[in-house]
Amino acid sequence: MDSPHKGHTVRSYDDELNQLDNYISEMGGIAESQLAAALDALAKRNSELAALVIVQDEAIDKIEAKIGEAAVELIARRQPMANDLRQVLASLKIAQILERIGDYAANVAKRSTVLNQLPPVEPARSVPRMGRLVEQMIHEVLDAYSTRNAEAALSVWHRDEGIDGLYDSVFRELLTYMMEDPRNITACTHLLFIAKNIERIGDYTTNVAEIIYFLVKGEPLTETRPKADTTSFAVMTPGAPKG
Amino acid sequence: MTRVEKIDVVEPPTVYHVKKGEQGSVLDISGFNLWYGAARALFGISMTVERGLVTALIGPSGCGKSTLLRALNRMNDLIEGVTIGGKVTLEGNDIYDHRADVIALRKRMGMVFQKPNPFPMTVFDNVTYPLRVDGVRDRRVLEETVERALRGAALWDEVKDRLQDSALGLSGGQQQRLCIARAIAGDPEVLLMDEPCSALDPIATAKIEELIDELRGHYSIVIVTHNMQQAARVSQNTAFMYLGRLIEYGETKAMFTVPKVRQTHDYVTGRFG
Repeated sequence: MDSPHKGHTVRSYDDELNQLDNYISEMGGIAESQLAAALDALAKRNSELAALVIVQDEAIDKIEAKIGEAAVELIARRQPMANDLRQVLASLKIAQILERIGDYAANVAKRSTVLNQLPPVEPARSVPRMGRLVEQMIHEVLDAYSTRNAEAALSVWHRDEGIDGLYDSVFRELLTYMMEDPRNITACTHLLFIAKNIERIGDYTTNVAEIIYFLVKGEPLTETRPKADTTSFAVMTPGAPKG
Repeated sequence: MTRVEKIDVVEPPTVYHVKKGEQGSVLDISGFNLWYGAARALFGISMTVERGLVTALIGPSGCGKSTLLRALNRMNDLIEGVTIGGKVTLEGNDIYDHRADVIALRKRMGMVFQKPNPFPMTVFDNVTYPLRVDGVRDRRVLEETVERALRGAALWDEVKDRLQDSALGLSGGQQQRLCIARAIAGDPEVLLMDEPCSALDPIATAKIEELIDELRGHYSIVIVTHNMQQAARVSQNTAFMYLGRLIEYGETKAMFTVPKVRQTHDYVTGRFG
């Protein structure tokens, strides 16, 4: 059942389902540009831009509320079945995830305003690079949603392993800087949290991919995602040989 | 009614994924065809009805679901010019066998219709009708049956003091439950229901649905309904028919969440037109 669906006999039902999709694209677009702006603020040490990101987070929250309202009304009035029902559930879940992504982007912005008041540290360059990759993942997963493309969603899902690997190396790099000079600790800790936020956004993006897979296929994705983030087990002792 | 033994028509196979009853199947329909005169109404229907479960037949008007239901207890025999082909067995016995006793068959399959149709007699006489036709006169047996059937149909508490009143004085929902009581009074194996709630208000409908849920297990129920939400609520298996063909027959849960055939999907989501 891959061909596009024909419309419902009751046309206003289609309009309501389309409205949910429109909200998701709007919300996704904002979440993506919020992350992009937060990364710019970090890379270019632009505190004004960071402040803007923090203020704009509210816009995402507002759309999430609208989606919640529209979904409840649609369930109550239309009793959606089969893939219509999955669409309504998917939009609710994706909205919640995009809202979290927005929060993480705002947190990146907040921490970069602090970083901008400190002397620059070297890893501040590799963190935005990692962020750009995640930003691209968000973009592609939103495309996969609007085109109902389970394969494209899967491809994004697989790519998160690379992000985990990058996070792992950023984590080690930051620890090394902190051990070299304790004056780096404040900046490096903020960077570490920023890197962690970005890594979390990557994870959330894979959740969106899973939701798209379920929406299109009608069955959950059963593969187990490969994980490359080993930082939960990392130990580094000052003076130990670097490896 | 005439019977055709063999026809050479290759049908698109039904997509089949039913929930199997723990006690096996009660009805077995295989390659069943039906014509009203020259007009063919059913095309090679093959399906089982699982014992103790509720099977819903859904599909747009004219898809043959009522015709199929009525074929199960040979109600179509009464219509002039009906020809059938294929086989229907109840507990392994061919119901269209020329030696089959149609009256005995109908006693094994109680039927409830769209419009409540109590007989113009007392509540008591309505329920005991199937037994009295069989010549049962023992007052005690009749009284026990009335209480059992009315309790079974969730009507006892409402009518126990009105057993000698006319059944026509009951509300629509009560009349329909009375018809269910009458249908189960003879202790049939199968209950056939043709749109049993379409003339009832939502509360009476909910009562009938609750009743269907209680009756299943003891009886095997086949229900024809236009109300898809009702099929989703009351049945364990759902058969989707279209233009006289059985398109998909599967577990209700799957039929309404991940149907396997496009036509089923379009119908259950309201895209048929």
